[in-house]
Amino acid sequence: MSTITGKRLALGGAVLALLIILPLVVASPFGQHVMILTFMFAMCGVAWNLMGGYAGMFSFGQVAFFGIGAYTSSFLLLTFNISPWFGLVAGGVIASLLAAAIGYPCSNLRGHYFAIASIAFGEIIRIVFNNWQTVGAAEGLTIPMMKESLANFMFHSSKLPYYYIMLAFLLLAVAVCYWVSTSKMGYYLRAIKEGHDIAQVLGVNVVRYRLYAIMISAFLTAMAGTFYAQYILYIDPESVMILAISVQIVLVAMLGGANTVLGPVVGAAILITLSEYSRAWLGYKGTGVDMIAYGTLITIISMYLPNGVWGSIISLTERGK
Amino acid sequence: MEQLVQQLVNGLLIGLVYSLLAIGLTLIWGVMNVLNFAHGEFLMIGMFMSYWLYALAGVDPLFSIPVNAVALFLLGMFIYRYIISKVMQGPALAQLVVTFGISIFIANFAALIWTPNFRSIEHTLLSGTWDISGIKLSIPKFVTSIGSVVTSCGVFWFLRNTRTGKAILAVEMDREAALIMGINTDRINSLSFGIGSALVGVAGALLATHYYIYPFVGGTFGLTCFCIVALGGFGSIEGAFIAGILVGVVQTLGGYIFNPAYKLAIVFAMYLITVWIRPQGLRGW
Repeated sequence: MSTITGKRLALGGAVLALLIILPLVVASPFGQHVMILTFMFAMCGVAWNLMGGYAGMFSFGQVAFFGIGAYTSSFLLLTFNISPWFGLVAGGVIASLLAAAIGYPCSNLRGHYFAIASIAFGEIIRIVFNNWQTVGAAEGLTIPMMKESLANFMFHSSKLPYYYIMLAFLLLAVAVCYWVSTSKMGYYLRAIKEGHDIAQVLGVNVVRYRLYAIMISAFLTAMAGTFYAQYILYIDPESVMILAISVQIVLVAMLGGANTVLGPVVGAAILITLSEYSRAWLGYKGTGVDMIAYGTLITIISMYLPNGVWGSIISLTERGK
Repeated sequence: MEQLVQQLVNGLLIGLVYSLLAIGLTLIWGVMNVLNFAHGEFLMIGMFMSYWLYALAGVDPLFSIPVNAVALFLLGMFIYRYIISKVMQGPALAQLVVTFGISIFIANFAALIWTPNFRSIEHTLLSGTWDISGIKLSIPKFVTSIGSVVTSCGVFWFLRNTRTGKAILAVEMDREAALIMGINTDRINSLSFGIGSALVGVAGALLATHYYIYPFVGGTFGLTCFCIVALGGFGSIEGAFIAGILVGVVQTLGGYIFNPAYKLAIVFAMYLITVWIRPQGLRGW
């Protein structure tokens, strides 16, 4: 047993070392941009997994938390000149509180009803922000230019700092997800997924643990949102609050393998790379050919790889033992 | 006051169309527990078919109803047979996501071949408005609603009075029991998907008489329909009918009283509040 964990640690360390060196080898800005986006969506996918993969709450409204993270830090910076690092935490807290506020009344919803409720929630948030003058309504917010430094969470000369910050965020998300999945809470969540009523009868406080999962997920997703705002330096409801982002997050988790800690990371590596490069090659004419390819890809994945790449690999190795 | 009644009438008119769309969606949901996210895109296809029949052959949208119904029935069966049925044995998440893929594909494909421009049918058999003591009643909208109600009633009748219809209801109630009774559940699945899509085809032809036609028209209709179906309750045809009218009226009145920009948000909020109080929807069990 200990040798297996030792091997795993060594393997993990090697992958991490590779990821640290990788941007030094891939020097093209576009390549680095794709890697940063990959980490960002991997983080959102890992966060989604806590709700969807473990507890069976298929959320299609993650973009609300993402957007709130982006808007909170940007609004605080613009209006009160508060550091984005503080905004990062504030956004996470606000997203978690909102998640609790919406998650509590939804605690009896299952399956499709939960999925539709999450879409409804995400769309309400989008519509409100689209009409809310204080946060720029449909025009959005432009993050002011500041001196390049870690304290300002802003870098102009190179994408490398963004890369390493996002990598650190992703590691944090993976660590949280790993901790949850091996703790009592992880078992409770899986029990809820397998049988909501049975878990309740066996003494699992279903409402509370579902809420915990939603809140942790919201906090991590909001962190990714703040990162996006500081990275792109411009946000509006159409770029950080649309349903398509929620769907992308679900797909990342599903393609990699829901219910596994590293699945979403693998999923993001495949899906984001594919979609960014297909957009660069096919999408420049604005004909939507890249979106047609994307739709086809989703359909094919659900038909032929419903357990995800990483999920399939894990079940293969486990069968081999 | 007159304005309020006017809005009430408008809400009722659009609500009856919602009912027809939602009945198609809930039939599919109830029978095979699949949420068809491409429902709105099927509607868009129906509208475009009416448009092209009009633009190329001069066929009035009203006469394209049967053509649309048959074409979308076949399209629905095709998509069930070659995509949905393959996913139904898989995990629940894949069943949810697959129709998303189909909807993205259809909408963008339509935008590619027909351009994303807005179109409309200019001269139909129906035009003008009736003025009933100050309340304006647009004739195409009125006929659309009547057509929707007639079609909805037709579906009720079909489900209650024909052998196939009763078989669909039986599968909806208990799939295993229906299978034991000798009902070919796979055939019923495929039929329900076809019928659900055909209803959208009818609605598409009716809406084409007065609504803007563009590749992404399905998005808003689709999302609204999900709320209606869930509001009405799992697979409940009556529930979908009532919820459709309710959503139409609340949306129009809400938009009039508060702010038209929040129309959709009001529908979603109504859904959230309803499922909070009654997690199984209005007529679900």
